[in-house]
Amino acid sequence: MRDDIAAIFEQVLGRPVAISDDTDIVEDLGMDSLGVMNFVMAIEDFYDLSIPLDRVAQIQTVADLIRAVEELKSGTAA
Amino acid sequence: MTILAKHAGYRQAYDALLAHGVDPLNVRFDSVLSPTEGLWNGRRTILLGTNNYLGLTFDSDCIERAVEATRGQGTGTTGSRVANGTYDGHKRLEEALADFYGREHAMVFSTGYQANLGVLSTLVGRGDHLMLDADSHASIYDGSRLGMAEVIRFRHNNPDDLYKRLRRLEGVPGDRLIVVEGIYSMLGDTAPLKEIAAVKRETGAYLLVDEAHSLGVLGRTGRGLAEAAGVEADVDFIVGTFSKSLGSVGGFCVSDSPDFDLLRIVCRPYMFTASLPPGVMASTHEALKKLRAEPALRVNLMRNATRLYDGLTAMGFQTGPEPNPIVAVTMPDQTTAGVFWKMLLESGLYINLAVPPATPANASLLRTSISAAHTIQQIDTALDIFADVGRKLGFLQSDRRRAAGAL
Repeated sequence: MRDDIAAIFEQVLGRPVAISDDTDIVEDLGMDSLGVMNFVMAIEDFYDLSIPLDRVAQIQTVADLIRAVEELKSGTAA
Repeated sequence: MTILAKHAGYRQAYDALLAHGVDPLNVRFDSVLSPTEGLWNGRRTILLGTNNYLGLTFDSDCIERAVEATRGQGTGTTGSRVANGTYDGHKRLEEALADFYGREHAMVFSTGYQANLGVLSTLVGRGDHLMLDADSHASIYDGSRLGMAEVIRFRHNNPDDLYKRLRRLEGVPGDRLIVVEGIYSMLGDTAPLKEIAAVKRETGAYLLVDEAHSLGVLGRTGRGLAEAAGVEADVDFIVGTFSKSLGSVGGFCVSDSPDFDLLRIVCRPYMFTASLPPGVMASTHEALKKLRAEPALRVNLMRNATRLYDGLTAMGFQTGPEPNPIVAVTMPDQTTAGVFWKMLLESGLYINLAVPPATPANASLLRTSISAAHTIQQIDTALDIFADVGRKLGFLQSDRRRAAGAL
């Protein structure tokens, strides 16, 4: 899943990125709020799900994102 | 470090504008002379950014009604309708709004912002789903945060994306409420309401339209985009404001929902704030009568809007997708936008500088709003000033406005 996410980051940012679980999406990748929104929408399209705004607000790192996608896909969202 | 230091990022962006002598947040008019003119720095300045669509702020009948009501009933209600009671003016204004929209119920709020806070936070609750257009106004986002519903954002003006997101919710319990705006306040584009209404019907969602910028502007009788698109029967709730076409301040919601009056005992932004003063209700009521009785206002408004839109577009400026009484020119960056805006003001033209994060796609915009009260001469003067500043800043290669002939 991390490779897919990296590919989506690259597509949205238009440049190659190296990510790990600890990568901070805003701080480390230099995304502004518009970039985050476009990225979230690309993730939503790829995984065919919607991430509610309160969940988006909780996502800080790549690991947070992976957890959110997994929970939403399996329908066990907190 | 102060407690506000966390917002330092915004200060930096603002300081960058100030460094260029641009201070859009401190434009002080010596006086406002009419719906279309003010005195700024001792100079007569055309107002082309005040959302005064029908130009009713100086209407003599509206002023007279406000004066009468103020003399007769005082300057304020000094409290909420729950605590201090309902004035005759509240009830009559609500009846007039319900009659205008052909709806069973109407409810008046103290501002348009509060109407969205109140309605959005109350119609949906925990376990429900609120579907917002990504470019929604701040009051819609804030309303969504005040309530407990799950908030899902769909791509701006994209019914297919909305449909896809509602499909993903199939089998999930809870009500769905779709929220769109009649005219979006930054670029002046309208929602594809026919298509959104079709999605609403197919998915069993409710539909709310915020007609803040389209009341008195769109539709055969001025009811807004829902009327213009012919889908009023599909729209469950209409929210709007008195502070634009109706020339005062306040907000409202109309609906045919049979238990609509429940809102009056559960909607906190309605219950826990002072109600509108008698003078405001009286002028608003009179302005609504004018809106209904004088369709020529809308004709003049669209004539002016189209003239400005066509003129700016012909000069080569990047404008929005359709001519409406909001016309925005996209600038390459925030500093250029700020300098352009300042030069317009110093040349006698007041418009709005709109910069991120308040704008779609982080654009820097020169936002104008047009009034029925503008004369053709004022629109042409505005175009000349745009052309002049545009040339000075190297935007216009040639004077294409003249080449475009009589607009």
